[in-house]
Amino acid sequence: MSQLKPKTIFEKIWDSHVVKRAEDYPDALFIDRHFIHEVTSPQAFDGLKKRGIQVFNTSRTTATADHNVPTKDQHLPIKEALSRHQVETLRKNCKEFGVELYDLGHAYQGIVHIIGPELGLTQPGMTIVCGDSHTSTHGAFGNIAFGIGTSEVEQVLATQCILQYKPKTMKIEINGKLGKGVVSKDIILYIISKISASGATGFFVEYAGDAITNLSMEARMTICNMSIEMGARGGLIAPDETTFNYIRGRKFAPQGEAFDRKVEEWKKLTTDEGANYDSVLKFDAADIAPMITYGTNPGMGMKVTDRIPTVTELKEISEQHSFTKSLEYMGLEPGSSLLGKAIDYVFIGSCTNARIEDLRLVADMVKGKTKASNVEVWVVPGSKQVEEQARREGLDKIFEAAGFELRSPGCSACLGMNEDKVPAGKYCISTSNRNFEGRQGPKSRTFLASPLSAAAAAITGRVTDVREFE
Amino acid sequence: MSKDKFTTLKTTAVPLPNENIDTDQIIPARFLKATTREGFGDNLFRDWRYNLIPGPSPEEKGVETPNKDFVLNDAKFSGKILVAGKNFGCGSSREHAAWAIYDYGFRVVVSSFFADIFKNNALNNGLLPIVVSDQFLKQVLQAVEEKPSTEIVVDLENQILQVGAVKESFEINTYKKTCMINGYDDIDYLLSLNKEIREFDIAH
Repeated sequence: MSQLKPKTIFEKIWDSHVVKRAEDYPDALFIDRHFIHEVTSPQAFDGLKKRGIQVFNTSRTTATADHNVPTKDQHLPIKEALSRHQVETLRKNCKEFGVELYDLGHAYQGIVHIIGPELGLTQPGMTIVCGDSHTSTHGAFGNIAFGIGTSEVEQVLATQCILQYKPKTMKIEINGKLGKGVVSKDIILYIISKISASGATGFFVEYAGDAITNLSMEARMTICNMSIEMGARGGLIAPDETTFNYIRGRKFAPQGEAFDRKVEEWKKLTTDEGANYDSVLKFDAADIAPMITYGTNPGMGMKVTDRIPTVTELKEISEQHSFTKSLEYMGLEPGSSLLGKAIDYVFIGSCTNARIEDLRLVADMVKGKTKASNVEVWVVPGSKQVEEQARREGLDKIFEAAGFELRSPGCSACLGMNEDKVPAGKYCISTSNRNFEGRQGPKSRTFLASPLSAAAAAITGRVTDVREFE
Repeated sequence: MSKDKFTTLKTTAVPLPNENIDTDQIIPARFLKATTREGFGDNLFRDWRYNLIPGPSPEEKGVETPNKDFVLNDAKFSGKILVAGKNFGCGSSREHAAWAIYDYGFRVVVSSFFADIFKNNALNNGLLPIVVSDQFLKQVLQAVEEKPSTEIVVDLENQILQVGAVKESFEINTYKKTCMINGYDDIDYLLSLNKEIREFDIAH
């Protein structure tokens, strides 16, 4: 009988997509689904024009406008000339090359990593790329999804393939019961705080264990989304009934019998017994608490009740310079606690936490309450469909009563590119994925946290332990 | 797009010892609005090169003055090599970071550790990322900081980085090395596989 070497899910998917493997060459990997947006695609389309070639297979490419769009008055022309030009360039390119575009105003528009899954374009077993590092989000469905640069976007548009060396594999297993007030964002912030912002560089991660499999698809996406923040090429979770139930009936998912046949295929996407990982890490869910970051990379995180380390507590001396610089930027003292620290802004949004479940969590928590007078609160849904759903469920009324501003879909204040920016020196508790210097606007200061922690902070106006929040 | 060919380089270096330099620092998102590949060098390390005095209204309306403490504003240092602390280029996949470094005039980045996507982006643009040991990185930084005129030789063919009197060999995979030396890019190779890819697409 079969003597095949046991394989991880990652290896099964990778190997089944290799078009050509040659000595001294990276693998030519076939890409099933390519997502594009306005910021990282124009130079790629230019490349195609210069070579005089077409998009290889337009049915495998989907476009939307998300990074550089306003989240207010989206029906009006974009005010800023360069941003307007970039979005218009996407329109022209999609028209010229025959690529489907979910433009501003379209019922399917939204953050690229939110719309793929909700439209059923993201499926198990696929290879998925996008010129955006948070493409790892899609891995929640049991596929190989990773971010690429613009030259690679051009490669995929031109050939539906990408040249890649196979990364190493890492398994991160989390078992046990999550404590009160702990959600999936806390799990991933916890992992990154343990292994650092470069702890998984060179690896593709598989998340496993019952603390992961008990999560909803939305929660799984939050975890896979931030794989890149520990340097991983991507992160995936084996597909299961939760996955299949999420996909069933979605717009571009297989329908009826075709769907059932697909599910049988998808069920085979498990890691074989005895398969080897290059690295295995295990964590106990009970050790995870509501998390918050205090520094300027996502690895600089802690339990909200902890205090910031002092310089002498750092593991490596070489980190001292960067650590000190980081805390100076943040205006924080080594050894201090963040609990009770006054904040200025709350941002609930981004491809990490702007799905309907995130908005429901926030609404449940703030129903009947009002925001603190010292904070401005932005709730930015991840897509037009999320926005519509939130309105249907009456969440908009809850937000309005709480003094939260519900905006239109886009990347918004996650990246300091569009109109939504946090002013210099101000503190923002944010459900997004990066706390880099200036990420939310020049000199802005970001505390990354879960939607629950952000909601609690919006009401109290301070960094708050959600477990103590009434 | 074919790129410049890279064989050897003899130059000086600019030291930037910070660790975890993310691509948002290399080129902040608000400068990613261009639709061409050129001109990003002006905004390389924008928020470290300039001090911002915020204006009365939010965001960029303030006044910017050159930050004299930042190494790119220090006339002592110049050259085509950037020497940086570990985990260089982490964060966003924006290829604009590699374009900005190249456009500014650098041809090599030396660090003890690079983020994956940045490394690919650099190689795809003729910018050579050289990984050295932690120990050698320390030596290079020290040599350059003490004597900015220290001559550095990059020999890609033999995979050797020579800094003053000391040297270390570095790894680069054969394919990428060939591309760098000849100015090839990945699309040239992938286009040659067109027939196989078509067949795969239909059967898949």
